[in-house]
Amino acid sequence: MVGFMKKWDWLLIPVGVLALYLAFIVAPPELQMKDRQRIMYFHVASAWNAYLAFIVVFVASIKYLRSSSRHWDRVALSSAELGVFFTSITLLSGMVWGRSVWNKWWVWDPRLTTTLILWFIYVGYLLLRYTSEGDERRARLAAGLGIIGFIDVPIVHMSAMWWSAFHPPGNPMDVLMDGRMGMALGASVITFTLLYFFMLGWRVRLEELKERVAVLRERLR
Amino acid sequence: MDFLAKTAAIAWKDAVTELRAKEMFSAVFIFAFLVAVIFSFAFNPVEHDLTPVFSGIMWMAYLFAGTLGLHRSFVSERANEAIQGLSLIPGDRSAIFFGKFLANLGFMIIFEILLTPIFFALLNVGFRGGALFLAVLAVATVGFTAAGTFLSAMASHSRAAEVLLPILLFPLLIPVVIGAVRATDGLLAGDLGPALFWLKVLVAYDMVFVAVPLVLFEYLLEGS
Repeated sequence: MVGFMKKWDWLLIPVGVLALYLAFIVAPPELQMKDRQRIMYFHVASAWNAYLAFIVVFVASIKYLRSSSRHWDRVALSSAELGVFFTSITLLSGMVWGRSVWNKWWVWDPRLTTTLILWFIYVGYLLLRYTSEGDERRARLAAGLGIIGFIDVPIVHMSAMWWSAFHPPGNPMDVLMDGRMGMALGASVITFTLLYFFMLGWRVRLEELKERVAVLRERLR
Repeated sequence: MDFLAKTAAIAWKDAVTELRAKEMFSAVFIFAFLVAVIFSFAFNPVEHDLTPVFSGIMWMAYLFAGTLGLHRSFVSERANEAIQGLSLIPGDRSAIFFGKFLANLGFMIIFEILLTPIFFALLNVGFRGGALFLAVLAVATVGFTAAGTFLSAMASHSRAAEVLLPILLFPLLIPVVIGAVRATDGLLAGDLGPALFWLKVLVAYDMVFVAVPLVLFEYLLEGS
C-alpha cells in the first residue's frame, strides 16, 4: 500500500478527514430527513466522479484515435473502470437513501434512469474490452464505443425527462441547504475528485506494468 | 459520386448474399413473430386486453429480432478475414458502414411491412394513424439500424459477440424505444401530439447516429 502512494497522494488523508468532519459534525441535520440526508454528501460526490470519469473516457478515446498512443488507451480503460465503480456507488447510495426516506427502492425519475443507463453503457464498454482480441483493434473499437456512448448520454437524459413529463415525480433530490451543508458538500466533492485522480494514476500505472509483463513473457518463450 | 458508388456496391453485396442464403431471413422473421407471441403470453391475453401494451410488444419484437439480424452484418465478414479485403477499398472506408447500414435498413423495412399487419391481427388492435404511423416506423427503424450496424462492427471481434451486441446496443437505443413506443401509443389512441413530438426527437437521434459512425468508422478500421 505504501509503495503505491506517491507524495501528493498523502494529501487525500487530511482532505478526507476534513470532509468527514464537515459532513457528520458541522453540517446540521436536514429539516425533514434528519441525519439520513447526510448520505447526499457521498451520493452527489460519487455521481460527479462518475460523470468526470466518463468525460475523461470520451476525451481519451478521441485522443487515442488521433494519436494511436498506448497511453490514452490505458487512460480510457482505467477511467471507464473507475466510472463504473463510482456509478455503482451512486446507484446504491441513491437506492438506500430513497428506501430510507420514501420507502421506495427505485423510481423512474430522469436522473436515476439516466444514471442506470450510463451504468449499462460503460459496463458494456468494459465487457467489449475484456472479451476482444488484439491490442490495437480492441483499443480502436473501445475508443469508438467510448465516443458514441458519451454522445448518447445527453440524448438519453433528455428523452427520460420528456418521457416522465406527463407524470412529474417529486424530485427526491430537492434538499434545502444552508451554508454549512454547502461547505460539507464542497469538501466531499473535492475529496472524491482527488480520490478519482489518484486512483486513475494508480490504475494507469498498473496497466503499464501489465503490458510490460506481457512483453517480457513473450520474450521468454 | 464515388462514395455513393462504393456504398451501393456494398449494399448490393450484402443484400444479395442475404437473399441467396434465405435461412437467416426466414429465421429472423419467425423469431420476431415468436417474440410478439411470447410477450402476449407473458401479459395474459385471456384475462387482459393487450391494447395498452401493443406498442411495447411490437417494438420489442423488432428490437430483439432486428438485433439478431444485425449481428450477422459484420460477423459474416470474419470468415476468411473478409473485412481486411473490404478495408482495401481506396478512399473513404465509411462507405462500408453506409452500405451495410442501407442493406440492413432494407431488410428491417421488409420485415416490418410483413409483420406489422400480423401483429395488429394477433392482438386485435385497430390500425390508426395512417401515414404518421408509417413515418414513426421508418424513422425509429433508421435510428435502430444505424446504431445497430455500427455496434455490430464493434461486437463482431468479441468472443461473446452474440450477447455483447444487445448489451452494447440496448442502452444506446433507449431514446428510440421511448420515442417509438410513446409515438405509437399516441397514434393508436387517436392523439397526434406525442407522435409529432417524438418524431422530432427520433429524427435528431437518427442524424447523430448516422453522422457519428460515418466519421468514426474510418478510424475503427485503421490497423486492421
